[in-house]
Amino acid sequence: MARQASPARVLTTTIAAWVVGFLIFFPILWMVLTSFKTELEAFSTPPSFLFFHWTTENYATVQGRSDYVHHAINSIVIAGGSTLIAMLIAIPAAWSMAFAPSPRTRDILLWMLSTKMMPPVGVLVPIYLIYRNFGLLDSRVGLVAVLCLGNLPIVVWMLFTYFKEIPKDILEAARMDGATIGKELVYVLTPMAVPGIASTLLLNFILAWNEAFWTLNLSTSQAAPLTVFIASYSSPEGLFWAKLSAASTLAIAPILVLGWFSQRQLVRGLTFGAVK
Amino acid sequence: MGRITLEGVRKSFASHLIIKGADLDIDDGSFVVFVGPSGCGKTTLLRLIAGLEDVSEGRILIDGANVVGVPPSKRGLSMVFQSYALYPHMSVRGNIAFGLKMAGLPKAEIDRKVEAAAATLNLTPYLDRKPRELSGGQRQRVAIGRAIVREPKAFLFDEPLSNLDAALRVQMRLEVTRLQRQLGTTAVYVTHDQVEAMTMADRIVVLNAGRIEQYGSPLELYERPANIFVAGFIGSPRMNFIADEAARRYGAATIGVRPEHIKASRDGEGWEGLVTDAEHLGSDTFLHVDIAGIGNLTARSIGEIGLSAGDRARLLPDPAHIHRFDENGKALHA
Amino acid sequence: MATEQTRGLGRLLITPAVAALFIWMIVPLVMTIYFSTLDYNLLNPGTEAFVGLENYFYFLTDPAFLASLQNTLVLVGSVLAITVIIGTLVALLLDQAVIGRSIVRLMVIAPFFVMPTVSALVWKNLLMHPVSGLFAWIATSLGLRPIDWFAEAPLFAIILIVAWQWLPFATLILLTALQSLDEEQKEAAEMDGAGAFSTFFHITLPHLARPITVVILIETIFLLTVFAEIYVTTGGGPGLQTTNIAFLIYSQALIQFDVGTASAGGLVAVVLANIVAFFLVRIVGRNLET
Repeated sequence: MARQASPARVLTTTIAAWVVGFLIFFPILWMVLTSFKTELEAFSTPPSFLFFHWTTENYATVQGRSDYVHHAINSIVIAGGSTLIAMLIAIPAAWSMAFAPSPRTRDILLWMLSTKMMPPVGVLVPIYLIYRNFGLLDSRVGLVAVLCLGNLPIVVWMLFTYFKEIPKDILEAARMDGATIGKELVYVLTPMAVPGIASTLLLNFILAWNEAFWTLNLSTSQAAPLTVFIASYSSPEGLFWAKLSAASTLAIAPILVLGWFSQRQLVRGLTFGAVK
Repeated sequence: MGRITLEGVRKSFASHLIIKGADLDIDDGSFVVFVGPSGCGKTTLLRLIAGLEDVSEGRILIDGANVVGVPPSKRGLSMVFQSYALYPHMSVRGNIAFGLKMAGLPKAEIDRKVEAAAATLNLTPYLDRKPRELSGGQRQRVAIGRAIVREPKAFLFDEPLSNLDAALRVQMRLEVTRLQRQLGTTAVYVTHDQVEAMTMADRIVVLNAGRIEQYGSPLELYERPANIFVAGFIGSPRMNFIADEAARRYGAATIGVRPEHIKASRDGEGWEGLVTDAEHLGSDTFLHVDIAGIGNLTARSIGEIGLSAGDRARLLPDPAHIHRFDENGKALHA
Repeated sequence: MATEQTRGLGRLLITPAVAALFIWMIVPLVMTIYFSTLDYNLLNPGTEAFVGLENYFYFLTDPAFLASLQNTLVLVGSVLAITVIIGTLVALLLDQAVIGRSIVRLMVIAPFFVMPTVSALVWKNLLMHPVSGLFAWIATSLGLRPIDWFAEAPLFAIILIVAWQWLPFATLILLTALQSLDEEQKEAAEMDGAGAFSTFFHITLPHLARPITVVILIETIFLLTVFAEIYVTTGGGPGLQTTNIAFLIYSQALIQFDVGTASAGGLVAVVLANIVAFFLVRIVGRNLET
């Protein structure tokens, strides 16, 4: 039991923490505020913080442009598809490494980790050329494949660390109770692993949603997700800040919510179990 | 029916031999305890019978049929784990019913059997709770309920009482034994606690470093240990061993006398020495006495005999209870 | 520790993952190595010729390489310093008694979930714009001359954006590590007469050594290949001032279409990343039980 800190001290640390939190969060807050301004107000000096003419017209404009919806759907399909396929490949692999380890399991895990460390630029040229020759440039299928493979090591690792925590005894008990390996997976392992599977799914979806190397290089319009769509605002400087903010807010809002739910799993997923 | 036979069973992990050849015949309906120090292979041997590990060599027969290569789910055995290994996402009812569900029994029959098992184990009020809402003792009962409800050929117990506190352990010890007698089902029970072994078993298997040292009834082991290891392992406090000169007079390399077979007195007959420690339990007194040329011996006396640390005492072993061993540690019988 | 049956099944189930990753790694890598020995430009198809190590010579002696290597090192080093130092301080602050800590935590973590293109554009336009940006307004209000970030200090501007994105990561991991520090250990140190500072240097900091190492290594892996932030803000300029290795390779491959040189550069990047990866894999491996 920690001792009770003195009220004065709690007040100091509380104020300090809130100031720091506010400063770090401010760019996002500012973006959200700007998204409710008119373009003129967004660009005006001195800037208005709260007392401006609140409008949702930017959202209406952004939503109205059919290409926004198109890119949002691309983001969902690409992030969702790559995550689901990665899970399908990773769940059996993680099961195997957690519950039927062989002397090579450790090496395989570390090798998988090292593939994640390969910088994407190192293989940009061949991937680009392969995609060009097979007509995969600017295709959803192509992006799903590349994001799925890129995140597969993280997915396997996260699932592995979760599965490791399920006591082996319980699976053996099911085996003694007459369950075949298939039934053991369905009735015992899966229900127990649901929280781990869910948070892996979530984190991987976030990573895929925000991925901005392959999406920028391998897609332009047809398959372009929101990362690429937002990037297209970089050229006509200045005039579309409010709309840029509205589009950006829409693009990050769902992920921010999901991310806040998965913050605890994040540490474990991104440090490969090295920090718990 | 549940007769289990082991023939030349060996098990190695990597190139490390864990079970160095076990032959054993466990009669139907008997309660057999595997006991030994940690790392002796007792749990491995149990898991080999369960089918949770493959044997490297040898055969395991259940009711005469070789089960090597048969998966655990098809062996018709049930097991109680040290950690209980209850399914955390299922209620008590779900836990007990799981095996029956896997066997594809009709729902009405499952319900009937589960209720009966719960009644036997006083679990009826808890049937709809989750394992995490139960106490250690209740979890233990659920684990046992899950084992008995399937009416297996044999129960396998892997140190099931080691996570309970002392008082509960004594109570559960009696309950498990009673239940096993009632059901008449073969039981194989692993423990490192020799008191559990002595009180529960029909027959005990003493294991050491992957080898069966002796297989016999508790009293056989106590009265006629086959070698120094068993002699030292069974009985508390430990048997005293005396080598060299004193042993040679009995025609042995080593002799052993249990503390309860040494009579201690202030000035009677026997070896004389200095009391280094005296443990007064009220019911018994344990004296640790240092005797020149022989070493430190422990003697157990009934009640209080008025000797304390620093006193001189005389120790007289009961000649009828002296165990003699040859230079390889094997027992010599007259 | 399992039976032959489960082991067999285990091998079967792991195969798809291993095969997929093996192909994903080995095919492009072999192609990169092959291309790196060719004089190969997409603008002149059909003229490929074997040139040996010439591309490496060309890439490594190109002044752009040295400039971008320097930019990469400055970017990685500065972001690491900022995130680790500020991250430690913020983590220590959040580890104190704070009313509404979970909300503060959410605010601190948020930047990590913002896609790189969004954070880069929000910073570039809304905050760092030399006329209408918020920073310019703050500077003018204080009577200072507003900074034209992307003209006067472009690399520093990128460093700020990237550091803002990675600060939550460092904070979150260090905070998690702090919370696992045994309260009794701190109390024992206090009983031994240690003050707040010596407790921090003798107990807390050693406890953080490992997580800090992990943060540094993982961030380095990602920071070596910062791309989107540069792509949407400066396009590597002005001149080469914000071109890092990743962006240099990209521009050689997809702007100049010089496949040979870009491949050689790609391999250089792989080697650089592997130096870091070597240490990270060792640290993770030490902690790994299978």
